[in-house]
Amino acid sequence: MKFGIIVFPGSNCDRDMQWVAQGILGQPTRAIWHEETDVADCDVIVIPGGFSYGDYLRCGAIARFSPALRATVEAAQQGRYVIGICNGFQILTESGLLPGALIRNRDLHFICDRVALRVERTDLPWTSGYGAGQVITLPIAHGEGRYFADEDTLKRIEDNHQVVFRYCPAPGQAVDSWQNPNGSLNDIAGICSDRGNILGMMPHPERAADPAMGNTDGLALFEGLVAQALAIA
Amino acid sequence: MSASESASAYANAPFSAAEIAAEGIKPDEYAEICRRLGRHPNRAELGMFGVMWSEHCCYKNSRPLLSQFPTTGDRILVGPGENAGVVDLGDGLHLAFKVESHNHPSAVEPFQGAATGVGGILRDIFTMGARPIAILNALRFGPLTDPNNQRLFEGVVAGISHYGNCVGVPTVGGEVYFDGAYSGNPLVNAMALGLMETEEIVKAGASGIGNPVLYVGSTTGRDGMGGASFASAELSEASLDDRPAVQVGDPFTEKSLIEACLEAFKTGAVVAAQDMGAAGITCSTAEMAAKGGVGIDLDLDKIPVRETGMVPYEYLLSESQERMLFVAAPGREQELIEIFHRWGLQAVVAGTVIDEPMVRIRFQGAIAAEVPSAALAEDTPLYRRELMEQPPAYAQAAWDWTADRLPSCDRAGLADGKSWTAILQQLLETPSIASKNWVYRQYDHQVQNNTVLMPGGADAAVVRLRPQLIPKAQEAGTYNRAVAATTDCNGRHVYLDPYEGAKGAIAEAARNLSCVGAEPIAVTDNLNFGSPENAVGYWQLANACKGLADGCRAFGTPVTGGNVSLYNETLGPDGTPQAIYPTPVVGMVGLIEDLTAICGLAFQGRGDRLYLLGIPLGQPSETVTLGGSEYLAAVQGTVAGRPPRIDDALELAVQATCRTGIRNGWIRSAHDSAEGGFAVALAESCIGGNFGAVVTVPAIAADQRWDEVLFGEGGARILVSVAPEHINAWEAHLNDHLAGRWQPLGEVTGTGTLVIQTDGGDALITAPVADLSDRWTHAIARTLEG
Repeated sequence: MKFGIIVFPGSNCDRDMQWVAQGILGQPTRAIWHEETDVADCDVIVIPGGFSYGDYLRCGAIARFSPALRATVEAAQQGRYVIGICNGFQILTESGLLPGALIRNRDLHFICDRVALRVERTDLPWTSGYGAGQVITLPIAHGEGRYFADEDTLKRIEDNHQVVFRYCPAPGQAVDSWQNPNGSLNDIAGICSDRGNILGMMPHPERAADPAMGNTDGLALFEGLVAQALAIA
Repeated sequence: MSASESASAYANAPFSAAEIAAEGIKPDEYAEICRRLGRHPNRAELGMFGVMWSEHCCYKNSRPLLSQFPTTGDRILVGPGENAGVVDLGDGLHLAFKVESHNHPSAVEPFQGAATGVGGILRDIFTMGARPIAILNALRFGPLTDPNNQRLFEGVVAGISHYGNCVGVPTVGGEVYFDGAYSGNPLVNAMALGLMETEEIVKAGASGIGNPVLYVGSTTGRDGMGGASFASAELSEASLDDRPAVQVGDPFTEKSLIEACLEAFKTGAVVAAQDMGAAGITCSTAEMAAKGGVGIDLDLDKIPVRETGMVPYEYLLSESQERMLFVAAPGREQELIEIFHRWGLQAVVAGTVIDEPMVRIRFQGAIAAEVPSAALAEDTPLYRRELMEQPPAYAQAAWDWTADRLPSCDRAGLADGKSWTAILQQLLETPSIASKNWVYRQYDHQVQNNTVLMPGGADAAVVRLRPQLIPKAQEAGTYNRAVAATTDCNGRHVYLDPYEGAKGAIAEAARNLSCVGAEPIAVTDNLNFGSPENAVGYWQLANACKGLADGCRAFGTPVTGGNVSLYNETLGPDGTPQAIYPTPVVGMVGLIEDLTAICGLAFQGRGDRLYLLGIPLGQPSETVTLGGSEYLAAVQGTVAGRPPRIDDALELAVQATCRTGIRNGWIRSAHDSAEGGFAVALAESCIGGNFGAVVTVPAIAADQRWDEVLFGEGGARILVSVAPEHINAWEAHLNDHLAGRWQPLGEVTGTGTLVIQTDGGDALITAPVADLSDRWTHAIARTLEG
């Protein structure tokens, strides 16, 4: 399964993603420069974390106009796999591939931490490596990760079961005083498209996929995807 | 030049005394400039000398003192003098690292001051051909109860967060202290580490007569005018009007600059590179020319600008950020220019390397400045100052202090009724000791996917080393080395005894590295001091430098570079300068050869046995004392006494034993006893692992006080926990290598309570760990919320 990782000026998780796809999973992997228009050779397109074009206007607001993203939109419409992580999720909502928006964290500070997430559905290639309702721990690192959508949209994505990851209390943590880290509506940490081929998430699975670093809760996401692709092939 | 000639040159200057003083140039220095040039300087040249002869750029006060530092060793590839030091970590891994201060800019504009401090130190690293892999920060502020200090603290943290997060380099460690000595003059020292990505280390010396000189990166504007001279003067109310002297950072441009520079270096077309930091174009041209023994002819009309109407003086002194100067191989400039343009950056040929050792600046067809490069960058003024014969009165008075002056105490607590438990709670809530999670949660400390131990989880940061080119499948797991890094300095200790305090900073840094299992390798230092023109200031500086030099020799950690920041003083309304605590921040790096043999500070399991390495509790020693301690300052409101004396042999033995214990898998947690002493270290290890502990203190000497036992600092101490199945091997090793210098203390429990008791079973401290944890974890956030 060939991974294509978009590199915008200001992307800073592209190399981490490449390490996981190529170095850990052993999959063919290439960088997609933001000015490229042809991504037909890639089976999965990763929009990595970072600060695309500096994100000075609004996170992801410029990146959505890049040639590589236009090509990604087309690929997504054809049903190819697209995952946006952190800044990539912001870009996916800016470009309209996923509903809603990501706004300033509730406490207005950047947050870097490890948080618990509940896997809400396991019938997607992205999550086939997890158990139903499994609670995993992934790193987060964002200043604008508070998921927001109007009531109708929120109802629609809930009704369609588009919420893939939800922040939840860590096992053993008191439930009554718990609140999610950034103020996201419905504790949403990651959602997918109607068809499920597009996934956007604020937590970083690629930062929890290397056994040498300890936590490997994110590895199953990529392994599940690769396994699924092999099954189809 | 005679005194009268000198006076005459100054008197006949085409500038007013005020204009000369405004550039930070003293009358004698002005005369010396005239002698070097054989004429009076013009306005632009005067400005160039002003910044290049500032302490920040030429170390005119500190150079004689810095020369005593050991700077060579088996692993040292590049020592002081280049943009950063470089050490060999084996397996072909070469690490560049350096620390630098941005104190004065942060005092007047904390957000941009701190942000550009990070940007500047990163450029020092990637200029060498290294990809930055980690940032640490040593920060000092006044008490957080003061709204102005809160503003500075919040602004600095936000600035570091803004720049470091965006540029994609993890901020993995550092330290923050709060003390009245830093009110109004905070310290912001940033340290960066980078792994060489090019085969050759890129150096700064220009060479190749006729080679093109390239300006790359961002545009030049009027921002940051004269920042270097500004950094070398005392701060006053009027300093706030100097906000234009603070630069504005653009981390997005820096990120692109990192990628473009590393790509450019890999082509082999770059002969030399220098970042434009302090004194921008002036400093980079002068240093590249002087280091290469050549000259540079540069045309300002070629420089890309962000505003119009600038005069040469402004071009030359601008400290606009994210700019570099390259010397390119002949005929290969276009290849380099294309790389930078692809990253959306400026790149132009702006000059040529010339044979004549001059910095020649052209502007609108005429020569705007012409100065011998060595006069600006190598052969600069030097001040040797007299060391006062007797220690200053403040120190002598402080040394007279003894613990006899404290209120009496017993097993229960102080005579005023305050229990030891209450005092432990108070210390854990003291911002200098309390958790810094409010700070490091705002820093992306995991980007790049190499952070092994998270901030707050260990005594030093640990970052996995892997080659910068992504390997093919199956190779990923074979990279097993890591670098550990720490910054340390107890300014109060240095203030009370500059020699022992500075040596103590080296010892503590080496101890912190040892606590994660790393072998200390090399040092970068940031000397933050008051004015050296003041006899007491110079006494502090000179003795601290001697302490650092002796410490570096004792611990086998040469100095590879660093930074000097003097004049850290605030002028009160009445004009009296108030200096900071002398604060020689030590940044130290260490090597971990096996990533699987490391440890953090948190207790790992109930039933694990506790050991104190170093001077045992209850054993009187001049290396353990309340002098200069956090307890004395926070609880007794006293800054006095002599700080702990460093026993080199004991320190080395304890640290080596700790590293061996970790490597052999015996030790499951290790934490050094620093501020707050043994009791605080124990509480922090309990909090980290959410475990309780029961510790029994053996009988203490008749003249010992309980506060000395619980909260005394020093003694080369490390608190470790060991799994029961390893205690035989561990204790045998202790008897062989650390006889009489270790103590079994008790064990880790699952009860959730920390108990410290006498050998008779009387409780000295009993506290639920959840309560201690709550106080320690949230103290800073609560103080800010007021």
